[in-house]
Amino acid sequence: MDHTVNLTRARITAATTAVVLLTACADSDTRDQGAAESITVFAAASLHEVFEDIAELYTEETGTAVTFNVAGSSGLVEQLENGAPADVLATADEATMERAVEGDLIAGEPALFAENYLVIVTPADNPAGVQSLADLGDDAVETVICAEQVPCGAATGRITEASGVQITPVSEETSVTDVLGRVRNGEAEAGLVYATDALQAGDEVEAIEIEGAEEDPNLYPIAVVDHAAEPEAGEEFIDFVLTDEQAQQILTEAGFVEPQEHDAA
Amino acid sequence: MNTATRALTRPPGWVLIPGLLGAAVILLPVIGMMSRLKWTELPALLTAPASLDALRLSVWTALVATVLCLLLGVPLALLLAHARFRGLTVVRSVILLPLVLPPVVGGLALLYTFGSQGMLSGALEFFGIRVAYTSLAVVLAMTFVSMPFLVISVETAVRGMDPEIIEAATVDGASRTGILRHMVLPLIGPGLISGAVLAFARSLGEFGATLAFAGSQQGVTRTLPLEIYLQRETDPDAAVALSLLLIAVAVVVISLAYSRSRTVH
Repeated sequence: MDHTVNLTRARITAATTAVVLLTACADSDTRDQGAAESITVFAAASLHEVFEDIAELYTEETGTAVTFNVAGSSGLVEQLENGAPADVLATADEATMERAVEGDLIAGEPALFAENYLVIVTPADNPAGVQSLADLGDDAVETVICAEQVPCGAATGRITEASGVQITPVSEETSVTDVLGRVRNGEAEAGLVYATDALQAGDEVEAIEIEGAEEDPNLYPIAVVDHAAEPEAGEEFIDFVLTDEQAQQILTEAGFVEPQEHDAA
Repeated sequence: MNTATRALTRPPGWVLIPGLLGAAVILLPVIGMMSRLKWTELPALLTAPASLDALRLSVWTALVATVLCLLLGVPLALLLAHARFRGLTVVRSVILLPLVLPPVVGGLALLYTFGSQGMLSGALEFFGIRVAYTSLAVVLAMTFVSMPFLVISVETAVRGMDPEIIEAATVDGASRTGILRHMVLPLIGPGLISGAVLAFARSLGEFGATLAFAGSQQGVTRTLPLEIYLQRETDPDAAVALSLLLIAVAVVVISLAYSRSRTVH
C-alpha cells in the first residue's frame, strides 16, 4: 500500500512541477511583470455567456484569469453588501448599479458598455396571432412579464406606460429567463423579454419588435469594486470590454446594442 | 409516555453537548435573521396589500393541500403497509420521489403533465379545467411535494400497531371498514397528526415547484415564499419581515396541532 501511495505522490509532484514550469514560461512570454493572476467578476445573469467568451479573449491577451459569479443584479449587490470579495461588478440596469454606488461599494464612476431593449416573444407558431404591443392589451392573450421589482420588469413598466397599453399578465416572473421559458414551452402565448434573450432562443420563439423600445433601453454599467484585491487588472478588464473589437463583436452578435445618446426619459 | 418508560429512555449525559449543538444548527440562522429585522418598520411591511394577499393565499392553499394529502395519502399508506409483493421497495421509492427531486424539477414535471401543453392538456380542456396560472396549480404543487411526509408517517404508524388487537376485533365480527374507523384510525392518531403537520409545514414553505409550475401573480399564485423571493430583489428588509411571518404562522399551526393531539390521546 505504502508503495503505491508514494508512487502516486511522486507522479503528482512531477506533474505539478511540469505545470509550474510551463506556466512560468507562459508568464515570461505574455505577461508584464506584476500582472494579476486572476480577477473576480460579478456579472448579471444576462451577461453570463458573452462575458465567458470575452473573458477567454482577455485571458489569452493578458494572462489574467477571470473567475465569475453570475446571479441576478440585485443578488450580486446584496452579496457585495455582505462583504463578498470581487474586483468588477457588471449589472443589467443602472438602478441596481446606483444601489451599489450609494452603498459605497464602487470605486470611481461606472461606465456603460451595452444596451438591451425589450421585444415581444411568442411561441414559434404564434397561436394568439400577436403582432404588436397593443395586442397584448387583450386579456384573452395569455401574457407573462417580469415583476416590477426586477430590471426587466422595470423596463416593461416604462414601455407599457409610454404606449398606454394595459397588460393583465397571467404571471409576473422573477427573472427574464423564466418569462422566456414559459413562452418557449408554449405555456404562455406572449411575453416581454430582452432582445438578447429572444436571439438566444432562436427558432423556438418568434420575436416582434416594439415600437419605441430601442429608444428606452436598459443600460448595462460596469465598474471596479471598492476594496478590490486587483483594482488595476479590474480596470484593465473593463477597458477590454469597452474597447476591444472582438469583445464588441461578441456583444453585438448576442443582440446587445452599443450604448448611445438618448433623450432623457 | 409514563414515568417508567421515561426513566428507561433517559439518554447518557454526554448527548447533551451534541444535542444542543444540533439545536444551534437550526436556531442560530433564525436568530441571525431576526438580528437583521427592523422592528419599527415591521407593521408597515406586514400589512402591505401584497404581503396580506400572499399570507392569505399561502394559508388556504396549504390547508387544502393538507386535506388532499389526508384524503389520498392515508389510503395509500394503508395499502403500502399491507402490501407484500416483489418490487414493493421500488414502488415505495417512487412514491417518496418528491422528497429527493429538487422542487423545481417537480414543478417542471407537473408542468409537462398538467400544463396547457402537457400530457393531460386534452383531457383537462375537455372538462373545462384550467390548471396553469391558477391557485389550483399551487395546491397541486403543494400536494405533490407534501404527500410523502404524510404517507411515511401513517405507514410507520400502521406497521407499529399491535396486530393482536385488530385480530380480536376481527374475531368479534367487525367489518373491515368498521375496524379501520374505530380501531386503526384512533390507534394511528398521533402518526396521522404528525404526518398532517409535516405536510402542512412543507406546503407552507413550498417554493420551487410553485414557481416553476404555477407562476407568480399577486393573490392568485404568489404565495409567501414567492413574495419573499421577489421582495428580496429590491427590499431585503421586507423579505426578512415576511420570512418571520412565515415562521410565526408555521409555529402557531404546528404547536396547535400537537397540543390537540396530546389532549386527544
